[in-house]
Amino acid sequence: MSVAAASALAPQLNHRPRDPGIETAALAAIAIWAAQFTPVVSLEPPAGLLLEIEGSLKLLGGIDNVLQSIERGLQDMGYTAAIACAATATAAGLLARNGGSRVVIERSALEPVIAALPVTVLDCETSTRNTFAAIGAKRIGDLLRLPRDGLARRCGPRLLDTLDRALGKLPEARRSFTPPERFEVKLELAAEVMHSEALLFAAKRQLTQLAGFLAARGAGIQYFTFTLLHEVQNATVTGIGLVAPTRDLRHLITLTRERLAALTLRAPVRALQLTAGDIFTLAAGNYSLFQGSPHARGEWQQLVERLRARLGQDAVHGISARPDHRPEHAWYATQPGTKNMAIETRPRPLWLLEQPQPLPAIVSKPHYHNDALALIAGPERIESGWWDGADARRDYFIAQTPAHSTLWIYRERREPFGWYLHGIFG
Amino acid sequence: MSMPAEILAHPAIWRGNRPVAVSSPSLPTGFPALDAELSGGGWPTAALIEILPQHEGIGELRILGHALSRLTAQGRFLVWIAPPYLPYAPALRSACIDLARFILVKTRSPRETLWASEQALRSNACGAVLVWPQAANYAELRRLQIAAEGSPSVLAILFRSPQVARETTPAPLRLSLATAHGELAVRVLKRRGAPLVNPILLSPANRRVQRLSFTHHAVDRARFPSPAARIIPAGVNAV
Repeated sequence: MSVAAASALAPQLNHRPRDPGIETAALAAIAIWAAQFTPVVSLEPPAGLLLEIEGSLKLLGGIDNVLQSIERGLQDMGYTAAIACAATATAAGLLARNGGSRVVIERSALEPVIAALPVTVLDCETSTRNTFAAIGAKRIGDLLRLPRDGLARRCGPRLLDTLDRALGKLPEARRSFTPPERFEVKLELAAEVMHSEALLFAAKRQLTQLAGFLAARGAGIQYFTFTLLHEVQNATVTGIGLVAPTRDLRHLITLTRERLAALTLRAPVRALQLTAGDIFTLAAGNYSLFQGSPHARGEWQQLVERLRARLGQDAVHGISARPDHRPEHAWYATQPGTKNMAIETRPRPLWLLEQPQPLPAIVSKPHYHNDALALIAGPERIESGWWDGADARRDYFIAQTPAHSTLWIYRERREPFGWYLHGIFG
Repeated sequence: MSMPAEILAHPAIWRGNRPVAVSSPSLPTGFPALDAELSGGGWPTAALIEILPQHEGIGELRILGHALSRLTAQGRFLVWIAPPYLPYAPALRSACIDLARFILVKTRSPRETLWASEQALRSNACGAVLVWPQAANYAELRRLQIAAEGSPSVLAILFRSPQVARETTPAPLRLSLATAHGELAVRVLKRRGAPLVNPILLSPANRRVQRLSFTHHAVDRARFPSPAARIIPAGVNAV
């Protein structure tokens, strides 16, 4: 039926041209995700995927768990699938094409189940289908009862090979799918999105694929980037960094939600791309012999990552001391949790001003907020830093305001001479 | 008719002059005079504490020093959110605060400050959360109080300006800091239990500063200093 006829029958019909390239890419993306269940994945284009899971059943906790995880993951990624499990790959393919999930484990139980399938599940040309209709073969069992040489002559040897492979009488060889080394997926959005919260739905699908990719390698990432592609303007790129490598899907989704909520979009987004950073091998969690939870990620790391996702990478950091005489160089920003060994013996203020504040000097006495400061300790001469151009030549004093606030001030001994406030003793 | 003694000994009955029992453990402040006036014998945990210093630099952080260093020694993290100035690392080291347990959070708006505080209090990953909220109304502080109650044993401190002393607060403890004759005067504006009239006087730590002599100067000059440095213009006092 042509599109025009279909639209005439159903006016509210919504049609879109079919793009085989996107379909192939989607199948490859699902295959990358499915690699977490087994290393042996092969593609059955246009819309089929074969996983050999006998070897993984014990690790993944049984066939029911595996099927449930596969169903849930496909749902999170936004796909619907018919899943079937059988002793041979061809039989599983035929069962899946028939729809529904049937779990057939034994090789001996295959024949009656395959025989009950309709001939439409077989992948053959129209002439062969016409032959089936002409001879009245509705089920595969009817075909199996026919003489083999006659069937081979009428329908070609390929059909017989397929049936033999399904029943396990012929060995089958499939080309294995190799996942790529780097993870990068792009999703074209169905409609242009203006609100960053709506992007979370598409981002969740891509993060599910990323979690599967990492689980297949037993690895984690420490940095991932979302690229939001606009129609005309340059793409918006936002990166999220983590304190330690992880592949925990829930945590990645939380961080992405915070980051997208803090993002303001300059233009509507038409596509979303996720690129994973470097991959680090993660040691698998050990389950203890007795009851107890496996080694958990530090909660403070999750807090830091959550804060960074919303406030920015540089908004959260630890501090460390450096052995430098110049106060502004004696500290530096680090990752929280970095050990530090420097010791300071002289009295130093708890608060340091980022920019020393000039103090007016009346009768050559420094004043702070119109109060004369009393110098109670000092001077401490600091002359240092000639090697990197930020040399300092100052005399530091500890001063007190009439309200007994204790301040750390200095007198500059070069141009421009004057008094400056550098710290406050909290 | 007087009540029988066993009824009065019931924990749910509070008599006006006794301190109130607290459910979460308190952290000793390091000042026995202050500990005696706080219910629980120290800083209350899982509750907001408001500190209102009259001026900066009178010792508003030094009264917390003992509790903060104890927390880092136990391996718990300190989170400082939106402080007005840079915390100076060597000074924190001198105060026995382990820098490996220190997290500084910079925010760009009061809303971000309150969001970050709520996240830190709810996460149950911190030993102490120190916040400098620029502007916060009662409802927002109530949210922080509920978040603090959800994490047992977190020390939650808000530093606010003295003008808010007139406003009500959901925080169970409110202290005002001032100086009196060179000593730190702590006024307990609000606490669990009977109100306190007289301020508590604590001797400050900066008295020991005056006794220090600066015999070590850090002078590190290049071999050939520039000639301009030798000229001392007229009118500047040489110390």
